[in-house]
Amino acid sequence: MTHDQQMRMEKWAPWLLLTAILLVWQAICTIFKVSDFIFPSPYTIAQALVEYAKPIAHHAWQTFWTTMIGFAIGVVVGLSLGVAVGMSRFVYRGLYPLLVAFNAIPKVAFVPILVVWFGIGSVPAILTAFLISFFPIVVNVATGLATLAPELEDVLRSLGATKSDILFKVGLPRSLPFFFASLKVSITLAFVGTVVSETVASNDGIGYLMMSAGSSMKMPLVFAGLFVIGAMAMAMYEFFAVLERRMTGWAHRGAHAN
Amino acid sequence: MTATAAAPNFVDFQDVFLAYDGQKEFAVEDITLSIKPGEFVAIVGPSGCGKSTFMKLATGLKPPTKGTVIVEGAKVTGPLKIVGMAFQAPTLLPWRTTIDNVLLPLEIVEPHRSNFKRDRAKYVETARALLKTVGLEGYEDKFPWQLSGGMQQRASICRALVHKPKMLMLDEPFGALDAFTREELWCVLRDLWTEQRFTVILVTHDLREAVFLADTVYVMSKRPGRILAKREIELPRPRDLEVTYTDAFSGIVHEMRERIGMIRKTVAVAP
Repeated sequence: MTHDQQMRMEKWAPWLLLTAILLVWQAICTIFKVSDFIFPSPYTIAQALVEYAKPIAHHAWQTFWTTMIGFAIGVVVGLSLGVAVGMSRFVYRGLYPLLVAFNAIPKVAFVPILVVWFGIGSVPAILTAFLISFFPIVVNVATGLATLAPELEDVLRSLGATKSDILFKVGLPRSLPFFFASLKVSITLAFVGTVVSETVASNDGIGYLMMSAGSSMKMPLVFAGLFVIGAMAMAMYEFFAVLERRMTGWAHRGAHAN
Repeated sequence: MTATAAAPNFVDFQDVFLAYDGQKEFAVEDITLSIKPGEFVAIVGPSGCGKSTFMKLATGLKPPTKGTVIVEGAKVTGPLKIVGMAFQAPTLLPWRTTIDNVLLPLEIVEPHRSNFKRDRAKYVETARALLKTVGLEGYEDKFPWQLSGGMQQRASICRALVHKPKMLMLDEPFGALDAFTREELWCVLRDLWTEQRFTVILVTHDLREAVFLADTVYVMSKRPGRILAKREIELPRPRDLEVTYTDAFSGIVHEMRERIGMIRKTVAVAP
């Protein structure tokens, strides 16, 4: 197999695997005559996707935009906290343990509180997405800033560089790869946050759709919801992966360099 | 001592002690020395002797615990802005091309900083010329990771010199290079210094390097670092690499090697 062919195979590998899984799944459902109420086959899920295309699209859009807003807030807050934690030992000492403790709390536990404060709807979903997604960004940006080579800092300081010079000329560019890596993780977490909140406290969104479909025993529709969430998260992950390669190619030089 | 008495010297250390924060033991002790403008000074000693500490004192990155450091007739109180630095690791920024790396100091140091946007073309010209003198012509737009270790170190030295500093601080800049590249870069440094006559403080543990390049070599002891000996290198300039194969050269290196050997022995017995 030539190098090119191998590369092409690698590109198709996830799709091949997905197809294989679907085929095996379908085969199991057909051969053992599994009831659609228990474990629907891919075919019936596909049927549900087509049949309920309109409501699914409506709820998917709801989930998508709440996730994106929550994620955007998460990026802004995560980036600012990350810079603060990475730049100042004092802030690091004070804030970091608290952040870790906060991150350990299951975010679903916040939803009832958010509902009391903001009522049922989009706001708790947005805030849950934000709460769950900002932490990886903080950690990564702070790490990128804190691992600056001391020699480089000496070089800059002996030129009379201020703290903000060091931050903008060196610190931030250097932590960009860390930042983009964390975006990929955070966007998938943001979807988790939104859907969790929607299942408990919303009349809209994929989470709500799955809950209501489940309670009326429409299992194929529940599974269709799962598929849609997975597809959206994967698409956004890929989007940020491409963005990462575009923005920080220097940190991902592969076999073609040197 | 008054400032006028120190006037002819570029750098003056007077009974300088430094202990790092929270440590009782001094990293360097009782350092008194003076460096003339345009002098090439090398500091040699076993590793961990406080050579790098000496550099931090001379550039004002660390204030002395006791004693005074005077540079250009003024007491050093904070980081100096007339210094260029290069280290064993080239510390180039991987997201900048070679030329942009070299231009970095001009984006920070005044007055270049204020003029940088307007006079960018002129500065790029200067940087290109400098890169050419160290043999990096044609590599200006490559990224650091596309260069070899020796080339990166050349670029790093260019970055240290681009803003025409009066003092160049080199902390084992050739330590990680192979022997041939190292000797090549000795000559690059020699030529740059001959042309521009900045003051150089070169920290190294390579005696041949120190003797080949420097006017004066100081030998430091193990921690706590003290200046144990001062040796003027009277070999005529311009020095060619051939000099390193002469008896006079070997004699000096040998003599200094013995002194350092003695230091190591005394320390080995002490604890």
